[in-house]
Amino acid sequence: MMTDGTVFKTEEITKQYGMGDTLVHALRGVSLEIPKGELVVLLGPSGSGKSTFLNIIGGLDQPTSGDVHFKGEALAAMSDRELTYFRREHVGFVFQSYNLVPSLTALENVELITDIGVNPMPAKEAMRAVGLTDRLNHFPSQLSGGEQQRVAIARAIAKRPEVLLCDEPTGALDSETGILVLEALQNVNRTYGTTTIIITHNAAIADVADRVIYFADGRVSKVVKNEKPKDIHEIGW
Amino acid sequence: MVTALNKKLLRDLWNIKGQLVAIIFVMATGIMAFVLSFGVVDSLELGRDVYYDRFQFGDVFANAKRVPQGVKKQIQQIEGVAQVETRVTFGTIIQVDGMDEPATGRLISIPDNRDPLLNNLYLMKGRMLRPDEENGVLAGEAFVKAHGFDLGDRVTMIINGHKRELSIVGVVLSPEYVYSLAPGAMFPDDKRFGVFWMSLRALEAAVNMDGAFNDVSLRLSRDANVEDVKSELDRILKPYGGLISFDRAEQMSNWFVQNELTQLRTMGYFAPTIFLAVAAFLINVVMTRQVATQRVQIGMLKAVGYRDMEIAMHFLKMVMVIVVVGSVIGLVGGIWLGSGLLNMYAQYFHFPYMSYSYSYDVMILAVGFCALAATGGTWIAMRQAATLPPAEAMREEAPTEFKRTILERLNIDQFFSFLSRIILRQLERRPIRAFLSALGVGFALSILVFAFFMEDSMDYMMDVQYDVSQREDLMLSFVEPRHIKALEEIRLMPGVMNVEPIRSVPVELRHQYLSKRTSIMGIMPDPDLHRVLDQNLQQVAITKGGFILSKKLAEILNVKVGDVVIADVLEERRPVLELPVTAIYEEFMGLGAIMDIERLNAYLNEGPVVSGAAVMVDPNYNGPLYKNIKEIPSIIGMANMSRMREIFEELMDQNMLQMMAVYIIFAGLIAFGVIYNTARIAFSERSRELASLRVLGLTRFEVAYILFGELAAVVFVAIPLGIYIGYGMVAGMVASLDTELFRMPLVINSDTYGFAVIIVLVSALFSFYLVWRQVDNIDLVAAQKGVE
Repeated sequence: MMTDGTVFKTEEITKQYGMGDTLVHALRGVSLEIPKGELVVLLGPSGSGKSTFLNIIGGLDQPTSGDVHFKGEALAAMSDRELTYFRREHVGFVFQSYNLVPSLTALENVELITDIGVNPMPAKEAMRAVGLTDRLNHFPSQLSGGEQQRVAIARAIAKRPEVLLCDEPTGALDSETGILVLEALQNVNRTYGTTTIIITHNAAIADVADRVIYFADGRVSKVVKNEKPKDIHEIGW
Repeated sequence: MVTALNKKLLRDLWNIKGQLVAIIFVMATGIMAFVLSFGVVDSLELGRDVYYDRFQFGDVFANAKRVPQGVKKQIQQIEGVAQVETRVTFGTIIQVDGMDEPATGRLISIPDNRDPLLNNLYLMKGRMLRPDEENGVLAGEAFVKAHGFDLGDRVTMIINGHKRELSIVGVVLSPEYVYSLAPGAMFPDDKRFGVFWMSLRALEAAVNMDGAFNDVSLRLSRDANVEDVKSELDRILKPYGGLISFDRAEQMSNWFVQNELTQLRTMGYFAPTIFLAVAAFLINVVMTRQVATQRVQIGMLKAVGYRDMEIAMHFLKMVMVIVVVGSVIGLVGGIWLGSGLLNMYAQYFHFPYMSYSYSYDVMILAVGFCALAATGGTWIAMRQAATLPPAEAMREEAPTEFKRTILERLNIDQFFSFLSRIILRQLERRPIRAFLSALGVGFALSILVFAFFMEDSMDYMMDVQYDVSQREDLMLSFVEPRHIKALEEIRLMPGVMNVEPIRSVPVELRHQYLSKRTSIMGIMPDPDLHRVLDQNLQQVAITKGGFILSKKLAEILNVKVGDVVIADVLEERRPVLELPVTAIYEEFMGLGAIMDIERLNAYLNEGPVVSGAAVMVDPNYNGPLYKNIKEIPSIIGMANMSRMREIFEELMDQNMLQMMAVYIIFAGLIAFGVIYNTARIAFSERSRELASLRVLGLTRFEVAYILFGELAAVVFVAIPLGIYIGYGMVAGMVASLDTELFRMPLVINSDTYGFAVIIVLVSALFSFYLVWRQVDNIDLVAAQKGVE
């Protein structure tokens, strides 16, 4: 994998929710660099701060303190409008709960993104990339969970984002379906060179990543660089 | 190319089509009622103004006994008078073949060699009179239509005691008789009162008025002082038996037209404004909730890079669909129904020109109001969803902080089951939302009460007026006051069961700087027929020397019991009387002032005379009795009370009640719309929670109980709330419908409340049923996964 530059750089970011007695420290100072084009896996128990971290670098949430840079630009300095454009042009999201629009077909859910993208790929191409060409005109309710998640991935990559942020994309899926989804993600990462960050509980996935970042109690406990990431089919669940 | 977001819009709309139809209908209804009422009133006012202007309706009018032609010059010289037209007018009895009852009429002269300068006629059919034409008349359209007369038909009239056969040569309309009312009548009865125009010379000859006139109309210059002109005219006419002059505002036909228009305008403001407000409220609530249910999707759209404006536009488009479709239906329907209603009114105001004119201001106002309400609701909900960071919006709403309910804290919760406690907590957790739902349903109930009320009030008014108060069958009036012995003649006629004397005198009543023209009616101290009632329907005693005023008149003059009112008598010797007010009574129509007849006659110094009689009749003898009455030349007017009631009821059926029937339908549909939406939204807000309970093992019934228990509680609160609001609306309406012509009694039958509540309950049950089918179909697995 090429690593000619850094996509995200965070410096001592913290995030607190609530007040007084109910104050929760979701992040207690996270400093990281994520190089371009890598497939990064975030591992850690529930409440360790992975999702908060992902939301903050994706511009969905603001840190309480600290800086986030996307290719040298500080996200904290961006207005709401600039953040929107940042997400619109550079970031693709995949959520655990798919978040497809139930009243739109699979293809139309992807078009929702290509409609507003700067240089999107054709929606059908995105569907092909996730192996769902035979489900274009199905509504979410007619798709299985794995299929829905792959539509969500197609939706996320259709805008040709520089980074793809996935919050437990396989969390709601059985292992076989999960493999299909991960395969789609790895495929996207390899074909388009999209920096891909995946949150998971599943340590086995770590073997396919270029880099594994372990979270514990709002901090990064260790970072492991994988010199020879495996192919998705080589790993056992 | 339709964007994906627009496809979502269309499908979302399709998905909630039931609700959508309900909202659109509610909105269309509000706009329709608004546009319809305003359009009709505007059109009528325009029709009247154009008519008055083109046909030179006079500004000031006066009648006298007999004024020599020479006096006309004096009148012309009054400062501010632009034009003078003098006429001869005379009351007449008309005999119509096949009609037992006598009809009365008014003959009015028209100049022989020129058009009238004032109060010109609009010829509908036939021709105008030829100079000196002796046996031809022009007939007012209303009478001709009521009897199905045609040109060339002959009418028999008793003019000044002589029978004359006259042939109708033309059918006309006059600005003076837009409303053709017999003297003393409350409503137009076109079958029994007609207006005719005759050649001046022919009429002069018939009633011995050669070289004289008894009727003057004036047109004033723009800068004239109406009051000055009137008093100068009175001064000039006084020696010739002149009655006090009056201006347009006091002219009978115009006064009625004005009152009628005021009434229509009030109704046109009131009901539709309420409808529109309820519609707007509903749209606001529904849109707020509709958007709230899309919170997660809004979060997702934001997360993937849609701007706030784009998302806002998405929802505004949804609103716009409602607003546009609702407005189009409302406007088209309003104009269509409005022109239909205008045609109905056209039959009864007789304006020659009437076209439906719709004002864009009104339309813009109605549509704007609804659009604003809808957009406002959407906007607020949108902002709430959009200001959340997307990460948070996409999460399901965090469990709200639940408190133990007041009931629990008071330790009486053991009386409630586990399920009931869920309901109670739900209501207590969101008291504002529960209250708004109850308010919506309450509004629905209140407009039903409001719509039903009109009929209650009319019925009550009629019952009181014609069964309890005026129990006479006929009210006869004489050409001139006659000795009380004349009543003996009537008493002996076939079928007459009771006769009471009536003495009516035109007066101007004054108190402080206030004055009002009306007439004082003298009646027997303890009458059986023509009775005076207080607001509890108890007879008000007319003591010797007593003088009692109707509540409205007392209000106009600012008089209390004990105050002294000055009465300028407007006929004969014109004495000025000082009368202490002894009581105030309730009356729904007109401006009554009543006195003991003996006392009145004493004041007038005329001996025991009567100007009319209240008569109770055995209905089996109507035919022979009417025949007798027709033969008495001194009887100039006969008002038949049951006929008046019929006419009034017909009038109400034709006009107000038809409008009310429409309003009742509208109100019913709005009620259903509100309730169905409330139930539907409650369901979609909680479907996931309900599904979880099902998964945990609750039966369908238990789950339905939680949902419907909450709705039932809302309806339960809504009923008293709605009754209260409805009463308030009715009271507001009654207060603003308070005209000189008539007042609506604030009477709401328990039936009305009952019907309104039943309609609301049936709507609620039907809505429950529709929603129940959806509870039945909850897809447990899908709901758990969060697929909607």
